[in-house]
Amino acid sequence: MTTAPVPVETASAPLSRPRNLTRWLSTTDHKDIGMMYLALGALFFLIGGVEVLIMRLQLARPGNTLLEATTYNEFFTLHGTTMIFLAVMPMLLGFSNYLLPLQIGAKDMAFPRLNAFGFWLTAFGGIVLYLSLLEGPPDAGWFAYAPLSERPFSSSLGTDFWAAALLMMGMGTTLTALNIIITTARYRAVGMGLWKMPLFSWMVFVNSFIIAFALPSLSAALIMLEVDRALGGRFFQGGGSPVLWQHYFWLFGHPEVYIMVLPAWGIISEVIPVFSRKPIFGYEFVAGSTVAIAVLSFAVYAHHMFAVGFARPVNLAFAASTMLIAIPTGIKVTNWVATLWKGSIRMTVPMMYAIAFIVQFTFGGITGVSFAVLPIDWQLTDSYYVVAHFHYVLMGGTLFALLSGLHFYFPKMTGRMLSEGFGKPAFWMITLGFNGVFLVQHALGMMGMPRRVYTYPDLPGWGALNMFSTVSAFVLGLGLVLTLINIVISWRIGRVAGDNPWQAWTLEWATTSPPPKGNFVRLPPIKSSRPLWDLAHPEDPDHQRPTRHDQQGKGHIRLEEKDHEQ
Amino acid sequence: MSAPAVLPTLQPASPLAAPITTLTYVTLGIGLAVFALVTGLTFYFIWRYKHRGADGEPPQIFGNARDEIIWMGMAAGILVFLFVLTWITMNRIDPQAGQDGTPDLIVTGHQWFWEADYPRATNPAGMGVVSTASEIHIPTGRKLLLEVGSADVIHDFWVPQLARKMDAIPGQGNRLWIQADKPGTYLGACSEFCGAQHAWMRFKVIAQTPQDFQAWLARQAQQAAPPPPNQTDIEDGAGLFVRQGCGECHTLRGIGARGHASQGSVGPDLTHFASRGIIAGGVLDNTPENLRRWLKNPQAVKPGVRMPNYRLNDAQLRQLTAYLETLQ
Ligand code: HEM
Ligand SMILES: [Cu+2]
Repeated sequence: MTTAPVPVETASAPLSRPRNLTRWLSTTDHKDIGMMYLALGALFFLIGGVEVLIMRLQLARPGNTLLEATTYNEFFTLHGTTMIFLAVMPMLLGFSNYLLPLQIGAKDMAFPRLNAFGFWLTAFGGIVLYLSLLEGPPDAGWFAYAPLSERPFSSSLGTDFWAAALLMMGMGTTLTALNIIITTARYRAVGMGLWKMPLFSWMVFVNSFIIAFALPSLSAALIMLEVDRALGGRFFQGGGSPVLWQHYFWLFGHPEVYIMVLPAWGIISEVIPVFSRKPIFGYEFVAGSTVAIAVLSFAVYAHHMFAVGFARPVNLAFAASTMLIAIPTGIKVTNWVATLWKGSIRMTVPMMYAIAFIVQFTFGGITGVSFAVLPIDWQLTDSYYVVAHFHYVLMGGTLFALLSGLHFYFPKMTGRMLSEGFGKPAFWMITLGFNGVFLVQHALGMMGMPRRVYTYPDLPGWGALNMFSTVSAFVLGLGLVLTLINIVISWRIGRVAGDNPWQAWTLEWATTSPPPKGNFVRLPPIKSSRPLWDLAHPEDPDHQRPTRHDQQGKGHIRLEEKDHEQ
Repeated sequence: MSAPAVLPTLQPASPLAAPITTLTYVTLGIGLAVFALVTGLTFYFIWRYKHRGADGEPPQIFGNARDEIIWMGMAAGILVFLFVLTWITMNRIDPQAGQDGTPDLIVTGHQWFWEADYPRATNPAGMGVVSTASEIHIPTGRKLLLEVGSADVIHDFWVPQLARKMDAIPGQGNRLWIQADKPGTYLGACSEFCGAQHAWMRFKVIAQTPQDFQAWLARQAQQAAPPPPNQTDIEDGAGLFVRQGCGECHTLRGIGARGHASQGSVGPDLTHFASRGIIAGGVLDNTPENLRRWLKNPQAVKPGVRMPNYRLNDAQLRQLTAYLETLQ
């Protein structure tokens, strides 16, 4: 068995600063805001998770009657909306907020109060969404296709609450994105050129541009929908175009997938090098492909609409762009794998999540390509095959990256290590549970099961596979509960972490755990993308490597290669 | 009829669906190979380069532009190959030629059932066209042009074994070809979320030999048979149908019920109701018992359904059921 590097204990800031409620409510420190985003995300993840467990119970058997049709539809509308806007996005924004200033050596975000405002907009958006429970929750799906989302077919106020909530959250996210762009552009430490930024910051930076360009499309659509619903407009109904809604929605909605997945890639790009004890393979390619993805993410949106009856050239163009985006995505995966090559790999819990990420994300990516092979989409879109695909990407990818990041950065945030004793069984439950839930759903889709159905007939095999999926969901849920327990216990009595327990190389590890207000007492010199490596290895600093693309750096090779031959 | 296919997307019964299955196998084969390569390397590296207690750091390898370009080239090669297959397959299963004539069949999605009209089969009395619900009959061995539309929200027409799927969008007539090789029953379902009872918007495509199909069509083109004399329940049922206002929503050619002419029909055409095997989008098999249950309170069987509860008493239920069951 391997062991984690022994944490180096250093004189560090007090583990917990005195806090009270008003302090949390009024804070503008990016680290506090980051942690509040994480807590908000975790809370809503719990809510979205309970919703889905109830949904899975309803689907456990054919013809089950636990939930009424409408209730089920409300649940999946809330589940989708909650998971995307209130769980995953806040958690990623939490990491972005917490880490970005630390990684680029800044004291705080450019506009700390705007930052707090962004958080509160998101939080109030969540409250507004759930206030709809008083009026009848939204039931038109998180995608709210017109005309189903129009007043004649969805007459409760739920959809109006939904639209208001999304507008608020969208505004909060957009402001935060602008803040990140300006912070990154203006407040990097001396010496940190763009090409020396850690990859997480790189991806969050690029991501913020996607947010800034994608969310206005959603906001516009939501306002038009409300004009229709509240003022009798005709954008999407009564002679308007129902398909127009889909254009607006997916022009936001597809980039949204990358909005969720880019910071996750950032986390993975930090974790894998540290636990392989190597720099990321192909830094420039990993960073640069992000830009390609940002641009292409807007160019592929209509692949969500292959069944609406476009003309042949339109379909072909979007099939082609969708295949194209697989290339920069593949670049990332190959580089993560190549980083493992000749490493000295430590299978800590963060690393285990990162590896599971690679496997599951690759799987989800490949089924994604199968949708770009358009006739397969004509067969399988809106079936459970899609549900399986996007959960492999969003949950098997994003959520696993978040869990990796949580275990990786918890010591920095709290000053204490998470327990590996809890972490490993939890990992296995989550991983087996997750794959159990969603692997079989590929088959269900091929067996003709449409998605968003509250029940299904008793056709051969359907009941058994659905039951398997449901049972796995509870295993997954249990693993998540175990993780929560781990967090609570370790926060109180976990091993003290010290500044740099994993012996990582980026700036956030150059300050105390948790970092003080203002982040750094003194910054190390920044001459490469791994300033702490340079500090620890004065005999072999990155910036003195003549050609960084040379196969290998000098210095360590001779000695180490022997070690690995044993 | 025939048992439903277990894996319908991989058991095509039509030259318009078979190429998709082939393409699926090719794509999944390539995909699994790539997946095996990536995970294989990952696990191999983990096993091979696992930290084994040695001190010091491993060689610091920063990358290799040549390798990156090779990977990109390989990925691009695979994708170009898939794109060409995609294009070829699209042209085979969804030929654009000939899509502008009169369709053989107009399929309309309703919350929550499918209506099928046969525009080329006007009935002798000139009273509308042959129209059926939840069961769509087609002749085998011929490519048929379908026009798919919607009376309310967006639905999606999906019969995995026979054709591609196609959205049914209000105000837009989408066209697709469909064909069945052999007689049989093929299951279909609405595949786009369309409201409360999306789950029960299922249907069957019943493929018959051209002769059987013609016979079926001819029978459907006739008006409903008048109630046989001296069977009071049936006669009363027919009267009740008119008095209760069932004709507000349902067409029943032969007793003058014409649905809501202005809005297209709200409910299924009932002229040959008893010839159908399922009712209410597949919630129930069409048996007298089930029919009584349905008429007693449709909302209890399919909550949210656009048919009101008429609070019929037992005698009325018996009479209506008796009448509807005669409509072969
Ligand atoms: C990161 C975590 C998750 C995210 C981001 C997520 C996201 C989504 C989204 C966007 C939808 C689509 C809703 C719709 O199409 O209307 C959905 C549906 C669904 N999700 Fe999740 N989900 C997550 C976790 C889970 C978990 C843990 C489970 C089960 C254990 C689950 C099971 C389902 C099911 C059964 C549906 C309904 C499928 C349908 O539309 O018919 N999800 N989810
Ligand atoms: Cu439908």
